[in-house]
Amino acid sequence: MVKNKNKSSKPVIEIKEMHKWFGTFHVLKNISLGVNQGERIVICGPSGSGKSTLIRCINRLEVHQKGDIIVNDVELTGDLKNLESIRSDVGMVFQSFNLFPHLTVLENCTLAPIWVKGLPKKEANELAMELLTRVKIPEQALKFPGQLSGGQQQRVAIARSLCMQPKIMLFDEPTSALDPEMIKEVLDTMIELAETGMTMLVVTHEMGFAKKVADSVIFMDEGEIIEQNDPKNFFNNPKNDRTKLFLSQILNH
Amino acid sequence: MSTEMYKPGSYPNLPPPPGTVGFYGWIRNNLFSSISNTLLTIVSVVLVYYLIDGIIGWFLFDAVFDADSKIECRKINDGACWAVITRRVGQFVYGFYPEAERWRIDISFLTMFIAFAPLLYPDLPKRKWLLWFSGIYPFFAFILINGGFFGLAKIEYSLFGGFMLTVILGVTGIVCSLPIGILLALGRQSKLTVVRTLSVCFIEFMRGVPLITLLFVASSMLNYFMPPGTNFSILVRVIIMFTFFSAAYIAEVIRGGIQAIPKGQYEAADALGMNYWQTTRFITLPQALKISIPGIMNTFIGLYKDTTLVVVIGLLDPLGIGRAALADTKWNGLSTETYLFVALFFFVSCFAMSRYSLWLENKLNTDHK
Ligand SMILES: Nc1ncnc2c1ncn2[C@@H]1O[C@H](COP(=O)(O)OP(=O)(O)O)[C@@H](O)[C@H]1O
Ligand SMILES: [Mg+2]
Repeated sequence: MVKNKNKSSKPVIEIKEMHKWFGTFHVLKNISLGVNQGERIVICGPSGSGKSTLIRCINRLEVHQKGDIIVNDVELTGDLKNLESIRSDVGMVFQSFNLFPHLTVLENCTLAPIWVKGLPKKEANELAMELLTRVKIPEQALKFPGQLSGGQQQRVAIARSLCMQPKIMLFDEPTSALDPEMIKEVLDTMIELAETGMTMLVVTHEMGFAKKVADSVIFMDEGEIIEQNDPKNFFNNPKNDRTKLFLSQILNH
Repeated sequence: MSTEMYKPGSYPNLPPPPGTVGFYGWIRNNLFSSISNTLLTIVSVVLVYYLIDGIIGWFLFDAVFDADSKIECRKINDGACWAVITRRVGQFVYGFYPEAERWRIDISFLTMFIAFAPLLYPDLPKRKWLLWFSGIYPFFAFILINGGFFGLAKIEYSLFGGFMLTVILGVTGIVCSLPIGILLALGRQSKLTVVRTLSVCFIEFMRGVPLITLLFVASSMLNYFMPPGTNFSILVRVIIMFTFFSAAYIAEVIRGGIQAIPKGQYEAADALGMNYWQTTRFITLPQALKISIPGIMNTFIGLYKDTTLVVVIGLLDPLGIGRAALADTKWNGLSTETYLFVALFFFVSCFAMSRYSLWLENKLNTDHK
C-alpha cells in the first residue's frame, strides 16, 4: 500500500543514540530515529514516557546531553549560533495552543514572519490570510484568541506555525485539550496538511488519524522507543507485550 | 397562566419577568431587597443628607472667598475662609517663580497634555506626528521652565514651589521610573548572573530604605557619589532619588506580571524562532505590563503624593507654601482650609490617574472572560 506519494528518501531529521536527562532522571534513552522528507510519523505511549520531550529536542526547546540530532543538515549542539533560523524551519503545535492572547489572530500569524524572517507587513498579512483560509477561519482574523473556540484556536496555532513556512511540523497532542466535537476539525486540518507533503511528527492517541495518514507509528515507554512499524502491522500484530497492553488499553474503552 | 405548550426544540427565548432587570430591577436588588436593606437605605439617605447639608454650607454657601485676614473673614460669615487661598493662589501654584515669567510655566503645563496624549491614548489620530512632539517635549519644557536659552531669563531652582514643583517632581519621576523599573524587572529575571545580582541589590536596597533618608542623602551627600566635576542641582538630585525609589517598586510589580505569564507563551515564541529581545518586546512586556497596570498606577500615585516629603529638605511644595501662609499672622489658624485645598489638588490628580488606569485596563482586556 503506497499511500504517501510525497515521501522521499532524503533524511530531514536524524537522531542517533540520543540520551537526555532532567537532572539525574534519565528521561530519553538511546533514541535513534530517522525521518525522511514528507514522512508522517505518529508517536504514542503512556503519559510520562518522554514523547513530548523527544519532539521538543528536535527544535531544541529541550537540550539533549548525549548523541546526535541533525535537523535539515544542521547538527544541534551547544555552540549553535543561529538557533532561531533552525527553529523557524521547524513549526510546533502545542496541546494548550499557546496563542498570544493580547494579539489578534492575524497578528499572531504575522508577528514571527515580520520580525524573524523580515517579511514586509503587507506580504505577511497576505500569507497569513492565505493560511487562515486554508485552516478555514479567515473570517476570524481580527478577533482575539479568547473569542474563539478551542478547535478554532488550535487551527489558528497551526496557521501561525505554517506562516513561518517550516519544512517540518511537530504536533504535541494537538487534540488532547479539545472538547470531543472539535477534535475532528483539527484532525481534518492536519490531514489536509499531510496531503501537501509536509514532514510531520505527531504525538497523539488518535489512532484513526494514525491509521489514515501515518507512514510509521512509534510506541514509546519509559524513555525508550519500544516499537516502530507501519500502521497496518503496528495495529494488527504488535510484537512487544507493552505495545499490546497499551493498544488494548486505548482501543477498548 | 403562561405555561403554553411548545413542541420540543421550539421553545422561544422569552424576556425576563418584569422588575428583575433594568433601572427598577437594579434599585430593587440593591437598595430594597429585604426589610433590613430597606431600613439601611433610608437611614443612610437621611445621614448623608444632614452631612452634605452641613458640609456644603461650610464649603460654599457660608464661605468667604475674599478678605484681608482671618478676622475679617469671621466678620463676614462663619463658613470656610478661602481668602487664605485666593490671596495666595499664585504662590500655591507657582511658588516664588517670578510673576512676569509665569507664562512659561502655563505653556509648559498646557503643552504637557499634548505631549502625553499620544502616549496615553494609542488610538489617537495623527499619533505618529504627536509622538515627535512627545519626544522633544522634555527639552522644550526644560528650556522654558529653567531658562538660560534663547533670551529666556534663567530662573533659580530655589524659587520653584507649589503645585508646579509637585508636577515637575511627580511627572519626571513617573516618566523616568517606568523604563528603569522595566529594565530592573528584566534584569532580575535575567540568566546573566551579574545583571541579576546587580538588579536584586539595587531593588532590595531602594525598597529597604525609607524615602525620607534618600531625600536627606540627596540634599546633603549625593555629590560625593557623583563623578568629580559634576554638580547636580538639588532638584535634579531629588528627582533621581524619587525615580530610583519608585523604579524599585515598579520593578517588583512588573516582575509579578512577568511571572504570571504561562510558560507556554515563551515556548511558542521560542518555537517560532523569536529571540530574547523580540520575545520580551512583543510577548513578555505587553502581557506583563497589562497585568501590572493596577500595581504600577499604585506606585505612581504613591510617588506623586510622596513628593510632599521634599518639604523636609527645604523645598517649597504645596504643603510648604501652606505652612508659610499659616505662619503669617493674618491667616493664623486656618490650617483646615489650607490643608483641605492642598488635599483637593492631590485628590483630583490622583483620581484622574486612577480613572485612566481603569480605562486602560478595560481597553487592553482581550481575554473576554
Ligand atoms: N522540565 C522538566 N524537568 C524535570 N522533569 C521533567 C520535565 N519535563 C518533563 N519531565 C519528566 O519527564 C518525563 C517525560 O515527560 P514528557 O516528555 O512530558 O512525557 P509525555 O509527553 O510522554 O507524557 C515525565 O516523567 C516528566 O515528569
Ligand atoms: Mg506530553
